[in-house]
Amino acid sequence: MVSAAISAIPLEQAIWAALDEVHDPEIPTISIVDLGVVGTVEVAPGRIRVAILPTFVGCPAVDLMCAAVEDQLRGFAPQVQARVSFAETWTSDRITPRGRRHLRESGFAPPTPLGEPDGRSDLMSPLLPVAQCPYCGSADTTLANAFGPTLCRAIYHCAECQQPFEQFKTI
Amino acid sequence: MIGSPDGRPRTRQTIARDVPEFDVHDLDQPTRAALAELLVTIADDEFVLGFWDSEWTGIAPMLEEDVAFSSLAQDEIGHARVLYEMIARLTGGDADDIAFGRPAEAYRHCRLVDHPRTDWAFSVCRRWLYDLADSIRLGALARSSFRPLADVVAKIRREETYHLMHMDAWMRRLASSGLDSRVRAKEALDTLWVDASTPFARLPDEALLIAAGILEGPLDGLADRHRDMATGFLRELDLQPLGAPSGHGGRQRPPVSTGFAWLWNEFTMVRRQDETATW
Repeated sequence: MVSAAISAIPLEQAIWAALDEVHDPEIPTISIVDLGVVGTVEVAPGRIRVAILPTFVGCPAVDLMCAAVEDQLRGFAPQVQARVSFAETWTSDRITPRGRRHLRESGFAPPTPLGEPDGRSDLMSPLLPVAQCPYCGSADTTLANAFGPTLCRAIYHCAECQQPFEQFKTI
Repeated sequence: MIGSPDGRPRTRQTIARDVPEFDVHDLDQPTRAALAELLVTIADDEFVLGFWDSEWTGIAPMLEEDVAFSSLAQDEIGHARVLYEMIARLTGGDADDIAFGRPAEAYRHCRLVDHPRTDWAFSVCRRWLYDLADSIRLGALARSSFRPLADVVAKIRREETYHLMHMDAWMRRLASSGLDSRVRAKEALDTLWVDASTPFARLPDEALLIAAGILEGPLDGLADRHRDMATGFLRELDLQPLGAPSGHGGRQRPPVSTGFAWLWNEFTMVRRQDETATW
């Protein structure tokens, strides 16, 4: 919980700053703001509503995120509500440059930017199973398993430094 | 699992959570009922296949597939969850009751996912046929006039890209890994092919959904594309199945198969023992 007494800065800015202190429960190195899962923040007298955009529909961490957001903002308004929303689609392109740096620094390859649609474009999203090794920077890597320890993580192997590593999936 | 030994309040075993808000009164009652019926068929497909495939957790042929099939199952049950929530909102029901509280004969999953997981080749072939069908169905639903559905579908489709990639790769692997795996894949496809079009089985009140723009056309109009894409791929692998897909049988109707009766017993067990059980 954050004190609302920091009144020198506008309320919305203070709310976003407070949200930036909430971290992804599965990858604590990245804040939910850098992860891009905070969709909209609506501020009305006595009430704040935050839309959380799940990285995956079945993400079990999203309930924890909503609870953490409500906890964190409780000092700002009597009524705080964090709800799952699909009105905007979360894609891995929403991760901020700072978020990408934090991922790399803790041994996760960030997702690659979404590419151009391919032949089955109406069935599949334009993504390439490629990643840069977070340890040595090599692009000579292969996808070992598109499914990792959580829904949003894939496992790669680096041919250069012979290390396995995880990528935050491009999606 | 049951009770709360440390005395702290816990939440009930639940898959329920909030879904995007929408005004149920935007739709007239018959259209609402038809929409709920459409959603329950899709959700049940995902839920039932998710539970079948979760049976591989711990016993898949290799560790990577333990992880992959568990993730695939978790994705599908996640999709079912958000759809059950949407149905609960449309009908004034409760998502957990819909997911776990119905008798076995009330589930509306298609014949393709009614089969038990059987062996690995069977589970791979079935999931590949289903993921291809699901992707085609989602492509159509992405253009639905019912915005909350179109929004969720836009998200689900991105996940399905990984499913299709993974299953395409596994089909190639089965086809090129020696006689035993080819024979098993061929047997599985021969059994499953007749049910391949069942995810597109026509719904009784489809006309209402088409009139409202919730569906752009009849569901079974999508079956041809599925059959053509599947046939093209299987021809490439020299694994053409016998017979032809038939819409016959479509979705589950009584009597319940032995396989599904067993699965239903498994996934409703906790709830039937104690409705207030907590994790």
